[in-house]
Amino acid sequence: MNTADVTTLGLIASLLLVIVAIGMSATQRLGLEREIVWATVRSLIQLLFVGVVLAFIIDPQQPLVLSWAWVAAMIAFAGVVIQRRAPEIPGVLPLGMLAIGAAAIVTLAVIFGLGVFPLEGRTLVPLAGMMVGNSMNATVLAARRVVDEFRDNRPEVEARLALGQSSRQASRRYLQSALRTALTPQIETTKAVGLVFLPGAMTGLILAGVDPIEAVRVQAAIMYLILGSVATTATVMTLGIGRRLFTTDHRLIRLPRS
Amino acid sequence: MAFEFKQVEVKGVDGRLRLAIRELIIPESGVTVIVGPSGAGKSTLLRLCNRLEVADDGLIRFDGRPIDDTPPLDLRRSVGMVFQEPVRFAGTVLDNLREADFLIGPAAAELLLDRVGLDGSFLTRLADELSGGEAQRMCIARALATGPAVLLMDEPTSSLDPSATRTIEDQALALAAAGMPILWVTHDTAQMNRIAAHVVCLIDGAVTYRGSPAGLLTAPDPRIAAFLAEQPS
Repeated sequence: MNTADVTTLGLIASLLLVIVAIGMSATQRLGLEREIVWATVRSLIQLLFVGVVLAFIIDPQQPLVLSWAWVAAMIAFAGVVIQRRAPEIPGVLPLGMLAIGAAAIVTLAVIFGLGVFPLEGRTLVPLAGMMVGNSMNATVLAARRVVDEFRDNRPEVEARLALGQSSRQASRRYLQSALRTALTPQIETTKAVGLVFLPGAMTGLILAGVDPIEAVRVQAAIMYLILGSVATTATVMTLGIGRRLFTTDHRLIRLPRS
Repeated sequence: MAFEFKQVEVKGVDGRLRLAIRELIIPESGVTVIVGPSGAGKSTLLRLCNRLEVADDGLIRFDGRPIDDTPPLDLRRSVGMVFQEPVRFAGTVLDNLREADFLIGPAAAELLLDRVGLDGSFLTRLADELSGGEAQRMCIARALATGPAVLLMDEPTSSLDPSATRTIEDQALALAAAGMPILWVTHDTAQMNRIAAHVVCLIDGAVTYRGSPAGLLTAPDPRIAAFLAEQPS
């Protein structure tokens, strides 16, 4: 098989491209040189660390529970990242974890329950990683959109409440609009795949010497996994935040600025 | 009485007192105008009446019952509200009325429009295409669609031209004459003089006067005198 293994020398050679980036920053006086060096060093250390840990965790000799623990840790960490990126949203940490946890249950149940991929550490961890990583953006986007919708349309929402509509009725169309906005980028990405860009998993497989048709099958399954998980996280997040923005006596709370 | 306030306090997010009313009774007939400078707490007072806001302390009664005793959605259908800017929902005027009463048919809708001086041809007009005055009258009709016992109007003419303003004032007076008590907020004493049967003057979150419109103009309180002095002549 014609693989494209990157040797240590090859890796060092690829650092030339980092020097190009540093050169760009220096000639344009962006002052980002240190930042680029730090990012490069940090990414390498992080990846090496993850590589070592993953090699241990997904080793077929190890019990699968280790892989599940890794997935749980990823979901918890995603919640923290979501909170850091949208700290102004009330209750974003538990809701973020709930949303991604729900997506994990739905998508992994389908992927492994129907035997799309065999349930092993080497499939579970990377698939869950891709699911969590992609869902995080959609979750933050959905949360922000919901708050913006209600802030921008406060007079309309309050006019509906004043007519005796429940917070659920009064908020329905604004939640729909927020959800639509949050899902559109992923739908567009799914549409453009293959034509505009070659996604990471497929590129990786082809580089590793796998037959492109085989790579496409894997990639397609992953794309649908991501689409399903983004839809699930965005929906859970939108509905969850939508509830948080109202009191139990159907009043719209004061909304934070993003 | 329509509303009764006792020792009601509302605080802002900074903990500062925005409204402090020891005792206030809103009569259940005619137009009661709540007048006062911007930031005096007039809108807050109005929003307490249908629980779009809640007081931090004190008791508010509507129709003799504490307002907390009535489920908020029922309360809001009994206490109609018209906002500063006319709020147009998507669709036709009939669609807008159906946001208040989704079972309403064209005949009943036409009767509602008639109460605000609009004819039946408006039912199929798009809300976005109405003039400001027409849209505000549609909003009044929409508020009436829930069958309220009292109407709150929060500076309902502030975005309208003088002619549309007079039309809305006349509609309010006609509704009041037909038995609908109205609580109307304004900072304009000229408007107060045109429509008020009763006046409550609110300054810095406190009631400084209640009585007839004429009495306000001769009230001895220096804060009221200062407020009146700022009115355009």
